[in-house]
Amino acid sequence: MAFFRPLEPVSPQARILLGISFFVLFFALWALATLGGYVSKTFLADPLTMVQDGWQLLTKFGFAHDIAMTVWRVLGGFIVAGLIGVPIGILMGAYKPVEAFLEPFVSFARYLPASAFVPLLILWAGIGETQKLLVIFIGSFFQIILIISVSVANTRRDLVEAAYTLGSSNTGVVLRVLIPANAPDIAETLRLVLGWSWTYVIVAELIGSSSGIGHMIIESQALLATGQIIFGIIVIGIIGLISDLGFKLINRHYFSWRLA
Amino acid sequence: MKPDVILRIEGVSRIFPGVSGRQPVRALEQTDLTIGRNEFITILGPSGCGKSTLLRIVAGLDMPSTGRVVLDKKAITGPGPDRGMVFQSYTLFPWLNVAENIAFGLRERGIAKDQSNSIVSEYINKVGLRGFENHLPKQLSGGMQQRTAIARALANNPEILLLDEPFGALDNQTRGLMQELLLGIWESERKTVIFVTHDIEEAIFMATRVIVMTARPGKIKADIQIDLPYPRHYTVKTAPEFSTLKARLTEEIRAEAVLAAQA
Repeated sequence: MAFFRPLEPVSPQARILLGISFFVLFFALWALATLGGYVSKTFLADPLTMVQDGWQLLTKFGFAHDIAMTVWRVLGGFIVAGLIGVPIGILMGAYKPVEAFLEPFVSFARYLPASAFVPLLILWAGIGETQKLLVIFIGSFFQIILIISVSVANTRRDLVEAAYTLGSSNTGVVLRVLIPANAPDIAETLRLVLGWSWTYVIVAELIGSSSGIGHMIIESQALLATGQIIFGIIVIGIIGLISDLGFKLINRHYFSWRLA
Repeated sequence: MKPDVILRIEGVSRIFPGVSGRQPVRALEQTDLTIGRNEFITILGPSGCGKSTLLRIVAGLDMPSTGRVVLDKKAITGPGPDRGMVFQSYTLFPWLNVAENIAFGLRERGIAKDQSNSIVSEYINKVGLRGFENHLPKQLSGGMQQRTAIARALANNPEILLLDEPFGALDNQTRGLMQELLLGIWESERKTVIFVTHDIEEAIFMATRVIVMTARPGKIKADIQIDLPYPRHYTVKTAPEFSTLKARLTEEIRAEAVLAAQA
């Protein structure tokens, strides 16, 4: 019974096979429930209808444009949040006075639900792109700051001490010890927060939007086109999976020193 | 006997403040010690005797509660490249390869690239790591990591080299080889070295002078000149003079270890 021994590794082939088989199982159960007539078509489309609807969306209704808009919004908001949030997080982790100054507010701000800001942001910024970007920004900015500051603050002290005995200045320690030591954690944090951004963008697009995956989903609800809704959700899942994979490849390439 | 004093430890003590209402801990009693240029000092004591604290104060990584440390007539106020340090834990920068680790201090001090390259190359030879320049720390054994750490500290050409139980985590054979390597480097470069250890044999084998410290609160108990001739071969460890010294130090340390175990 080596198969069920705790913590026993599985072969790569078995891992891939098991991973795929759950997808197969999932679709099979879904097909059984819908095509077998156990669930009304009004509430849940079957997989075949979903694929058909999806194909129609892409070929006849220009859904590719919606996907592009959504991706652009997420990346736009996320990159701005990262460009400002990462340096602030590093400073907060490195310098205790900065931490004492900002940490209480950032901890508070990160619990403010980004989606609840949508009505307010519409008042402030209208229903244009700025508003969408701001929702993503608010949703990811404070998270990025807080998680990164914690990892920087937990940098191995002996590495910092070693740098000082080798002649590093305070700035040298930040630039050439704290930042490289935490670069893998920073990349990992960005990967995680990017995942959350996909949730915020849909919320932003459900209200007051004329394009994007979220907009398509809310339109489809009015038409009871559950096949389209599910297709939209699955597209987001696939995009998320791809961006995750991209991040993992980048991490493996640049941060191989961290891997065992 | 010692015309050229390089380091003076003057009335240095260290009291760690008590945390959450507990009594403050006296890690180090007032200590005076004078170290001559080119001496190889080992500081020997049981764990918790404040020997690492004393070394960290010399390194500038910890501040004394009283007294001061003077290096070449300058009082020490913080860490600096004039005092190279090798730690017990492996402190190579894991994202840099061996050559980049050794070059770290040179780069921080703004030494030109080609000059830095030749210094790095020289020390890679001295510690026997030719062929491993591009290896990452995780690809090295513990002994190789500590050799890199020694090269990294020496590349800065420090006034004094400080080592805090650097071979403590190594197996016995590797440890013996590392002692010979360090001794060889010291014999050829004539650096001033302070080496902290709890291993009696290690303390005698390399040192010109062994400082024995008492259990907490740490204090210097004995200051013993080791007159075995250099260059020392590892076979000296079985010589009768060596055994006599070892027996004497074992007695000194044993009393302290017993006290430390009771505390």
